[in-house]
Amino acid sequence: MQGRIHSLESFGTVDGPGVRFVVFVQGCPMRCAYCHNPDTWEMNAGTLMEPADIIEQYERNISFYKGGGITVTGGEPLMQMDFLLDLFTQAKAKGIHTCIDTSGIAFNPDNVPLMEKMDRLMALTDLVMLDIKHIDPEKHKELTGQPNTNILKYAAYLNDKNVDMWIRHVIVPGITDDDKYLFQLGYFIGQFHNLKALDALPYHTMGEKKYQSLGLQYKLSGVPAMDKTILLDKKQVILNGIKKRRAEMADRNV
Amino acid sequence: MRPEWKDFVGGKWDKEVNVRDFIQRNYTPYDGDESFLADATQNTKDLWAQVLELQKKEREAGGVLDMDTKVVSTITSHGPGYLDKSKETIVGFQTDKPFKRSLQPYGGIRMAEKACADNGYEVDPEISEFFSTHRKTHNAGCFDAYNPEMRACRSSHIITGLPDAYGRGRIIGDYRRVALYGIDRLIEDKEDQKASTGRVMTDDVIRLREEISEQITALKLMKEMAASYGCDISKPAANVQEAIQWTYFGYLCAVKEQNGAAMSLGRTSTFLDCYAQRDLANGTFTEEQIQEFVDHFIMKLRCVKFARTPEYNQIFAGDPVWVTESLGGVGVDGRPMVTKMSFRYLHTLTNLGPSPEPNLTVLWSTRLPENWKKYCAKMSIQTSSIQYENDDLMRVTHGDDYGIACCVSSMVIGKEMQFFGARANLAKCLLYALNGGVDEVTKKQVGPKYRPVEGDVLDYDDVMSKFIDMMEWQADVYVNTLNIIHYMHDKYCYERAEMALHDRDVKRYFATGIAGLSIVADSLSAIKYAKVEVIRDEDGVIVDFKTTGDFPKYGNDDDRVDEIAQDIVHKFMTAVRRHHTYRNGVPTTSILTITSNVTYGKATGNTPDGRKKGQPFAPGANPMHGRDTHGAVASLSSVSKLPFNDAQDGISNTFTIIPGALGKEDKVFAGDIELDLNK
Repeated sequence: MQGRIHSLESFGTVDGPGVRFVVFVQGCPMRCAYCHNPDTWEMNAGTLMEPADIIEQYERNISFYKGGGITVTGGEPLMQMDFLLDLFTQAKAKGIHTCIDTSGIAFNPDNVPLMEKMDRLMALTDLVMLDIKHIDPEKHKELTGQPNTNILKYAAYLNDKNVDMWIRHVIVPGITDDDKYLFQLGYFIGQFHNLKALDALPYHTMGEKKYQSLGLQYKLSGVPAMDKTILLDKKQVILNGIKKRRAEMADRNV
Repeated sequence: MRPEWKDFVGGKWDKEVNVRDFIQRNYTPYDGDESFLADATQNTKDLWAQVLELQKKEREAGGVLDMDTKVVSTITSHGPGYLDKSKETIVGFQTDKPFKRSLQPYGGIRMAEKACADNGYEVDPEISEFFSTHRKTHNAGCFDAYNPEMRACRSSHIITGLPDAYGRGRIIGDYRRVALYGIDRLIEDKEDQKASTGRVMTDDVIRLREEISEQITALKLMKEMAASYGCDISKPAANVQEAIQWTYFGYLCAVKEQNGAAMSLGRTSTFLDCYAQRDLANGTFTEEQIQEFVDHFIMKLRCVKFARTPEYNQIFAGDPVWVTESLGGVGVDGRPMVTKMSFRYLHTLTNLGPSPEPNLTVLWSTRLPENWKKYCAKMSIQTSSIQYENDDLMRVTHGDDYGIACCVSSMVIGKEMQFFGARANLAKCLLYALNGGVDEVTKKQVGPKYRPVEGDVLDYDDVMSKFIDMMEWQADVYVNTLNIIHYMHDKYCYERAEMALHDRDVKRYFATGIAGLSIVADSLSAIKYAKVEVIRDEDGVIVDFKTTGDFPKYGNDDDRVDEIAQDIVHKFMTAVRRHHTYRNGVPTTSILTITSNVTYGKATGNTPDGRKKGQPFAPGANPMHGRDTHGAVASLSSVSKLPFNDAQDGISNTFTIIPGALGKEDKVFAGDIELDLNK
């Protein structure tokens, strides 16, 4: 099954463990205000590629990827389940570490055929980086145009399936930096034993130019980039939420 | 064994001049981390503040603080110079005071005069007269022998940056020999060498005897120079401070007499660590003292300066000295050669702050200790001041006691040297192939009058065959020009101090170089895979191109174009190998113009890849800027396919990345972000 590919990055260092071969897929249903890849939104664009070609490109530079692997990001990878199934089946046959960077938006526990594929895909996936845009349902909708119900269910599902999970959260000044919600986010993800890392990402303004060149309006025009020192404080708030949840769970177990 | 060698393990080295054997028997590999390192002492901070102040004054003065216009620089021409004698543990400047540039006319009096004039100084007329009338220079010799074709190639920049008016550099003396053996032993050795030459006085034997005599003179002067600083280097160094000082004196003599295009240091750290380990064990010095010696040594290396012209600085983007020091690597017996001293050298970037000089170069191997790798990465992120070279690749050819001259030229220390040969502008050569030897900028017939391309659309096979013919011509005129240059340099500007610290019979690399590889590869790819139409001016000279359609670009791990690049390197090298080389030098080539790519671009017209007239070339073997669209691994992969056997003088790739793109929070790699819930 061919995939709709936006681009390939041979030297990914921030999208999962180690140096990674990163596949940017084309197409995403979300319209996150701070998205820095608006050029990957359009569903019917991109280049069609065979999974085998991607594996071939990975393997020819395999010496660079020791400790790394393949990450599929986008765009929204889970919009192309059949392609992912093919790609990861081939990758796992070669012992390649597989990772999906997703918003979880495509997850739907009521869709039986989808869930059947999801179960199979997760058996082939070593790590999911789940990007929770906002913990509050209303705010999430404002920010992304979509509800977060299924996204949060997806975290629980991954926990049940024992798939390692990193939570990513972009911190935007004045929009996703409210301590109340950050703590709430931490408290929510603290319940999952499959949580391996927390990746608090500072909002940056480098995406704005792409909007201009695509003729799109940039909703966050004027919002400053996230200060890195403040970012570390904000990350600590999320960690505090995790800690609280973990402490409560430990108490209950005692 | 001599008393200075007490506690060292003996071997071949104590009977013959053999520094490698000494190192292998005596060095202590270190696989720990950097926690042992000592901070800068107060004296170090004071001295460095002085240097910074001088740097500031130099900048304010327009780039040069002081120049000698009267005294021709030799090993002993100047008395001792200091920053603050009471605080310096390692001493010595090129002239009698720091930041005063020496006068070195042997490479060419006009260059020396111009370097002074451009900076507001005037060479003493008597010296100008002497070097114009009585004593010929290297530069004058070259122009006496050049033929009109060579001069035309030179002025049209199809051969560029030739070392015919300045010192060729690139020769690394084994400065460690001064420390290990002391000068007297080295003189004895040279006397033996002189006595060992053949009795039939052929040109070669005469030259060798004269050169060894020059070397012996240099060694005697080194002793004299060191004595002016109160050091007796006739004997071996007895401790690490002396070992560093003696080694530095050796290097200092070289930079007092040669204003070379690259004056590199070699591979000194692991050698010096043998002394440091012994002194630590005996309680002679503390770690703090040893770091202070290293800091002061590096500080001196940062103060090496030459008188140069603005044009020279333009070719080399600044006035680099290329004090390259090679660190680490792995021995042929499999033991990593990383020692505590390797850490101490890099630690100067912390104690004194980042600096491009000395050019600290890590010889990288997958088998280096993990702690060292981490430390290197950390220092790279903090200072952007470290160069990396592939030891696993070079060890096969050079063993484990080679060093890097300039940025990538590898040579076995004290046993091999190179004749630096600047580079051939291949992008221009391609345009000559299209235009039948007519220069696209000056419209002069510079190359041979071969048949130019006909028609409006370029045909790959036709262009390729014309390009190969033109490259053969270019290699011919290039190698022969270099033959003249090196003959004259040996004759009029001989590197006696550096060669005194070499074996008698050295292997000489005859270095050539290529500029514009990625342009040629992309241009040929455009001709092959897209449609390239030519645009001729009123004289019928092709001056521009119209390219329709996409084509594979070098730098994306795409074999369709990467193979073109490999093929060009191989063909060029084959053409070079066809020719006689001066002193039977072993021909090599390099793809490394990491600074002069800008000026070469200025002299080259529009190219079929879409590069416009005057636009810079990519540095070294880099893909053209912005054309590598598949990320760093794909880009590096294209470069790594270039055949090292055909580019043994080195392939360089300039890699720039913001720390944030390498790891989160500017320090941790993504995989290391653990949930630290104990905070």
